[in-house]
Amino acid sequence: MHDNVLLQAFVYLAAAVAAVPIARRLGMGAVLGYLLAGIVIGPFGLRLVAESREDVLHAAEFGVVMMLFLIGLELRPSMLWRMRVAVLGLGGAQIVGTALLAALVGIAAGSAWKPALAVGFIIAMSSTAIVLQSLAEAGRLRTDAGQRIFSILLAQDISVIPILAVLPLLATLHVGAGSEAHGVATLPGWQQAFVVLAAVAAIVGGGRFLLRPVFRAIARTKLREVFTATALLLVVGIALLMQAVGLSPALGTFLAGVVLADSEYRHELEGDIEPFKGLLLGLFFISVGAGIDFRLVAHAPAAILGLVVGIMALKALVLYGVARLFRATTADAMFVAAALCQVGEFAFVLLALARGSGVLGDAEAGRLVAAVALSMLATPLLLLAQSRLVEPRFAVPAVERGADAIPDEDTPVIVAGFGRVGSTIGRLLRASGVGTTVLDLDGDQIELLRRMGLEAYYGDATRLELLTAAGAANARVLVLAVDDFIVTERLIAVARRHFPHLQLIVRVPDRPEAYTLLRDGISEVFRETTGTACDMGFATLRALGHRAFQARRAVQAFRAHDEQGVRVLAGKWGDDTSYMSEARARIAETEQLLAALSFVDHHFDLAWDNTTLREEAQGRSPSGHTAGPEGTD
Amino acid sequence: MPRVLVLFAHPAFEKSRINRRLLEAVRDLEGITIHDLYEAYPDFLIDVPAEQRRLVAHDVIVLQHPFYWYSAPALVKEYLDLVLEHGFAYGSTGRALEGKVFVNATTTGGPEAAYQVGGRNRFTMRQLLAPFDQTAVLCRMAYLAPFVVHGTHTVDADTGFGPAQRQYRTLLAQLRDGTLDLARAAAVDRVNDVLGEA
Repeated sequence: MHDNVLLQAFVYLAAAVAAVPIARRLGMGAVLGYLLAGIVIGPFGLRLVAESREDVLHAAEFGVVMMLFLIGLELRPSMLWRMRVAVLGLGGAQIVGTALLAALVGIAAGSAWKPALAVGFIIAMSSTAIVLQSLAEAGRLRTDAGQRIFSILLAQDISVIPILAVLPLLATLHVGAGSEAHGVATLPGWQQAFVVLAAVAAIVGGGRFLLRPVFRAIARTKLREVFTATALLLVVGIALLMQAVGLSPALGTFLAGVVLADSEYRHELEGDIEPFKGLLLGLFFISVGAGIDFRLVAHAPAAILGLVVGIMALKALVLYGVARLFRATTADAMFVAAALCQVGEFAFVLLALARGSGVLGDAEAGRLVAAVALSMLATPLLLLAQSRLVEPRFAVPAVERGADAIPDEDTPVIVAGFGRVGSTIGRLLRASGVGTTVLDLDGDQIELLRRMGLEAYYGDATRLELLTAAGAANARVLVLAVDDFIVTERLIAVARRHFPHLQLIVRVPDRPEAYTLLRDGISEVFRETTGTACDMGFATLRALGHRAFQARRAVQAFRAHDEQGVRVLAGKWGDDTSYMSEARARIAETEQLLAALSFVDHHFDLAWDNTTLREEAQGRSPSGHTAGPEGTD
Repeated sequence: MPRVLVLFAHPAFEKSRINRRLLEAVRDLEGITIHDLYEAYPDFLIDVPAEQRRLVAHDVIVLQHPFYWYSAPALVKEYLDLVLEHGFAYGSTGRALEGKVFVNATTTGGPEAAYQVGGRNRFTMRQLLAPFDQTAVLCRMAYLAPFVVHGTHTVDADTGFGPAQRQYRTLLAQLRDGTLDLARAAAVDRVNDVLGEA
């Protein structure tokens, strides 16, 4: 029964659905929930997981790959360049420091230097997946400490390549040559280098010159699922390419992400990949939980626990020192140490390689795998303890906390729909120096806008992920200028639910839509053709010989009356769209229009018309007070 | 208790140094209505009936504005042209504003010495504001001496306007409470002089 794929999927999904809300409710965070769920369904819990758990783990590792793609998308090359000091300095120092210190400890404990150094490099890795997910959940990614953590993780992810290359050189044991190695590892050195460079060049070049036209063509079909499929195809393809040459798929997709970070499809790609990433990462955490070999732990509990505590203490020590060296506050340095002192998922990969190439023996590698998994399990608990027990002691007044860096792309205005109406609004805002992020579903239009130098992104703004990616949380105004009213209504619902702070400026086709929205409490509603119609009316009055100022005032007055009429009628536009209410509304509407059209004869700028004054002056002899002011004529 | 209406007109409120502060100094006064004309009529399309109702509903009309080209900003002129209709504000049947008090509250960049006979501007403020004076008289209103803050170009905006703010607040409070000596306030050159340093 364990081999039924659907049943397995059911077990995993059920575990996630049951465990994560419980964990959340207990204030533990989703990651810990996933890990615990994995332990529960694992071989040492309810034993619901198939023997072929390895397959699940492989699939789940894809979540890590996708996560790195998303991280890459977030990193524009310019931003990466800005972070170079933190990545190279902070991250590099952490990796080298941990590796050397661990090697020294190992040698002191009687190990040979080569395996000790290998273990040092392996445990220097932290878990990008757990840490970033936990930070994101706690909303701390953008803090100063969060940025340091991110830099270190980035350095680790990048350093996986050289470590993968160097690790086999540390082999001391003899194993069957190339039993685990494949791809480049079997080639001579210079060819290896060539293949690696070629793969990187293919990703960078392809991303630059091939992918954007492809995405444009796909976007033109306006089939969202095809676009999603293309995004997945891209990630899977790159992962396969990297695997084929024996490089880290995560690194390949990360690179592809960076290449695409400047493209107009960035937000849409983010939105498309995000749900898959979340699901697969969850799966990954469950597999880690299920994979902890409690038999091994039970055999030598003291040794394994000692190993876990030792590794984490050593890492924490180095992390704290390095962070302080790079001028973090005590509290921040402690947070960095607590967050990163576990060993990460890359360690599994490196351990497999180390065992395969004879750097480590089976027993050592097995113990380390268990220790790594346990340290990952400990991380959410450690972060919880950190935030509950340690941080209150370092509590900083909220004012200092508020000064977190806001990323460049956060603009006060998001314009959804950049067609006939939206584009004019966008240009107006831009001319006024207002930062504007533009979303549109027309790939050609976006391409045109970008060629003209506007920040425009392809995507369906009704999707929460895309709105989030476009910075809705920090924007102040959302301008809805999409053609389709159904889309407009959906977008309003999403925006109101998730970003209630956003002020909505809405374009609607005509009166009925305006009524609907006004009744719904949206005050800034604009019928799309009214302005143009009024301008044309003005031109017509001018063509008939009316003076410009009179014509302008007539148009202004008409427009004011018209807007007022729509608002009055919106209240009458019955929930029961019965004939009577409709009829009443129409009668009222006609009355309003008639009143508006006869304004010149009624009460409008009467003071500029001196009829009564002339009558009075002629009819009665002007005396004293009643004389008109000079120059009224 | 007299109801006080402040008709406020400043086309560039965000750039204002003194008028903004004067307004802030009286904003929380009870029994005072503040009506921001440029905010209400950005397109100059004045709702005449509504404005007439508003005038009728108050006893004291304070016209607060910067002194532009020896007069008020353009929208004030538009307002007076349109709202003070024949038959409403003046003429044999126009008695809607009869007996109300009218006062200009204005600010000049130049110093007081510049607004003197023989000074750079050749006339006093009271003289330059004569059109408003006569407008009020034609509408059968009592015209008080203007409230004037001089020399705003040379004052430190953050610290220097405190006395003017307090004086303005005093003026409006006294108008509201009916404690201002209207005869004296009409006779002087600047109403500031009968308020003292509050």
